[in-house]
Amino acid sequence: MVVPILRPRRRAVAVLGAAIAALSLAACSTQAPSSAQSNPPSSSTPKPSIAGQSITLYSGQHEQTVSALVADFEKQTGVKVNVRSGDEAELANQILQEGAATPADVYFAENPPALTTLENKGLLAKVDSGSLSAVPAGDSSAKGDWVGVSARQALFVYNTDKVSAAQAPTSVKDLSGSAWKGRLGLAPSETDFTPIVTRVIKELGSDGAKAWLDGLKANGKVYDNNEDLVAAVNRGEVAGGVVDSYYWYRLRDEQGASGIHSALGYFKTSDPGALVDVSGAAVLASSKHQDAAQAFLAYLVSKPAQQIIATSTSYEYPLLDGVQDTRIAKALKDAGPVVPAADLGDGTEAIQLMQSVGLLS
Amino acid sequence: MSPPRLLLERGLLPGIRWQALRAFLARSVLPLTAGLVAVVVACPLVFVALQSAQSGWGPAQRLLGRPLMATLLWNTVTLAAAVTVITLVVGFSAAWLVERTSLPGRRAWTVLLAMPLAVPEFVHGYCWVSLFPSVQGLWGAVLVESSSLYPLVFLPVAAVLRRTDASAEEAAASLGRGPWSTLWRVTLPMTRPALAGGALLVSLYLLGEYGAFAMLRFTTFATAIYTQFNTAFDTASAGMLTIVLVALALLVLLLESQVAKRRRVVREGATARPASPVPLGRAALPAVVWLSAIVAVTLGVPVYALAYWLVRGSSTTLPSASLWGLTASTLGYALAAAAVATAAAVPVALYAWRRDTGLARGIERAAYLTRALPGIAVALALVFFAIRWAQPLYQQPPMLVVAYVVLFFSLALTAVRSSLSHVPHSAEEAAQSLGKGPFAVLTRVTLPLVLPGLGAAFTMVALTASTELTATLLLRPTGAGTLATQFWTYTTNLAWGAAAPYAAVMTALSIPAVLLLTARTLNPAGGARGAAR
Repeated sequence: MVVPILRPRRRAVAVLGAAIAALSLAACSTQAPSSAQSNPPSSSTPKPSIAGQSITLYSGQHEQTVSALVADFEKQTGVKVNVRSGDEAELANQILQEGAATPADVYFAENPPALTTLENKGLLAKVDSGSLSAVPAGDSSAKGDWVGVSARQALFVYNTDKVSAAQAPTSVKDLSGSAWKGRLGLAPSETDFTPIVTRVIKELGSDGAKAWLDGLKANGKVYDNNEDLVAAVNRGEVAGGVVDSYYWYRLRDEQGASGIHSALGYFKTSDPGALVDVSGAAVLASSKHQDAAQAFLAYLVSKPAQQIIATSTSYEYPLLDGVQDTRIAKALKDAGPVVPAADLGDGTEAIQLMQSVGLLS
Repeated sequence: MSPPRLLLERGLLPGIRWQALRAFLARSVLPLTAGLVAVVVACPLVFVALQSAQSGWGPAQRLLGRPLMATLLWNTVTLAAAVTVITLVVGFSAAWLVERTSLPGRRAWTVLLAMPLAVPEFVHGYCWVSLFPSVQGLWGAVLVESSSLYPLVFLPVAAVLRRTDASAEEAAASLGRGPWSTLWRVTLPMTRPALAGGALLVSLYLLGEYGAFAMLRFTTFATAIYTQFNTAFDTASAGMLTIVLVALALLVLLLESQVAKRRRVVREGATARPASPVPLGRAALPAVVWLSAIVAVTLGVPVYALAYWLVRGSSTTLPSASLWGLTASTLGYALAAAAVATAAAVPVALYAWRRDTGLARGIERAAYLTRALPGIAVALALVFFAIRWAQPLYQQPPMLVVAYVVLFFSLALTAVRSSLSHVPHSAEEAAQSLGKGPFAVLTRVTLPLVLPGLGAAFTMVALTASTELTATLLLRPTGAGTLATQFWTYTTNLAWGAAAPYAAVMTALSIPAVLLLTARTLNPAGGARGAAR
């Protein structure tokens, strides 16, 4: 059952933010006319100093979307981007081991905890204020070390042969109940799941969250990753599971509409499971190409980049106001508030709790 | 002392020093090279120690004191034990049927039974999971791992059976032993070193394996280590868990060395007379059914799954990568790694063979321990060391080659070691007594004798390196890829259909390697002694 609840998104603030971003980008560009433009990177001339430079991007984001973004950025700025695609967590680990010697100039993650981990180790540079103000303030790091680029929504994917729309849970907390015994799928080792647990801890306290996790463990079947989980729900191996919505959209692309035996169920927007969290990007403090790296971040939150994201197979919400992915059933403003990264932390407490109940090894 | 020698000593001191230096170098060049190789191969162990040292006592207690640790230990040990036993039974029975009985179509069976080696490990897991989602947990893991690993036992046992003289078995028969008693009392003990070697490779591999268990939803120490790295970003805890894994690996090595101590049971040589095949009679049908079942499960499932996904096709929107380009780069890396690993295994194996000292054995063990480490630990260790001490090489092609060498050195070492064990020490001594220098002895006597072993080492490393994923993702040159990384890109994007061609090419590339390995291992004329051992 879908009950769209309009959330008070501060549209005016966002518009203002976009305008400031446009202004500051134009201001950065020494040769650009100092008038605000709606489409800064494509219409302003890049700094002569950065054209011809090359930067290295460690990307844990969707490869096809990133390659489209990089191609457009290269065309606009003349900066060459070497893309290193991988798992966001493995890339973060790699940067942790590389330390200041890392060849990475920019790190593009899928979820806040990986970025927060690097932030806490002091490996990230401050993001240009123009980029930060392009997206709503809560969508980026409170310390300004990374900027939100897009958002994804966690929800409940259910098999339509096993669960009716009316039976779909409205709260992630319901999933520990006996009604879901043997019917629930989980992917607790995914970096997407930790933030939900963090939010449940916030709401129910540590003991309450532990009881809830015990229930999940008793009810659920554990999958290694969200791809396996969403496919298992679709073929009816389990009745349903908590995943980010884009996994389902991409499964639909891959299987075709006729191969889809599942649907999206939404938690109430106030529910800890109705998580909208941010994919962000950061500049490494050790980068020797700070200007070019910052320009890439500024590009990611610019209108052309956000439009590429809105039409890509990422199926993520663009964060820039005025750009929408119309293929996603529920608009961002109805999906729930973007959770401030500070509330999610680096996920340590959630992970320890999952370990103590045996959901994580 | 003879007058000319005295003269030399007094009059030509510099000359003497030069000679002494040469002699010293000649003596120490082997241990030094072997030691250097061991240091490089064992560097991940140092990394693990350094990382775990960062963990405080409290967190370490919290981590290792969890009840989950008992589960992990139980899971890891049961799985390793079950798979090892099953691979031993399957491998030995198949080898005996193929080599010692009147089984029809023996040659074809040999190739079919060795062929699962050509299917990359994660393709095995992927095939089972995509076709039979109910294959999971302990028994799922046992099934998948046994079916992909048993050739590591089958090949060396078949090799021993083929080149062993039949006289012992015939003597047993003439003394009134029945066929079963002969099999149990004579044939089985003859193959013990080969069985022990196969079991060593299988169990060490299982300790560190991650990908397949993740797919099969089975938790072991290795999957727990991945969780610490990839969900918790906690390298200290990951290091602590890895130390437990290393301890388990040491235990396995000790067990193996106990069995291998009594290794000279086998009388072997070019003069071996082939055994006359045991007539199977009515047992021929069950034998054929048994082997068909093995082949259907271990080879049929991956082939069917790959064909299914290939035909099914895909609507993926991912950028398509050049299959040929990736194939070329995959081959390039794998062949380079195979050459380097084989060359590096020679001094280590040679040193251990010539001097059976504690140091030599220690060097050998260290090389094996790395085999039990999870790929992520080895990969991050190489990141850690390369960025500090080999920065210009970091994320360059040579770095990836070094990573493969470190990961798969044990395979090369096993092959070279087993090959050397058939060379009599007297061969080298005779050459020395004829006035040959150490280098000439090595290149003109020893190496030619172990050439088949070098071939087996090269093939095994190339075969395994061409499908490596974890270290490749971290250490490949930025923007470059291999067949395995492309396969990964597609499967992590739910594009199983698009992934299938890459898995199929990886498998197809491996087929000639397996054929070569089978031929080299089993062809007595070539004198190829022991692929995996």
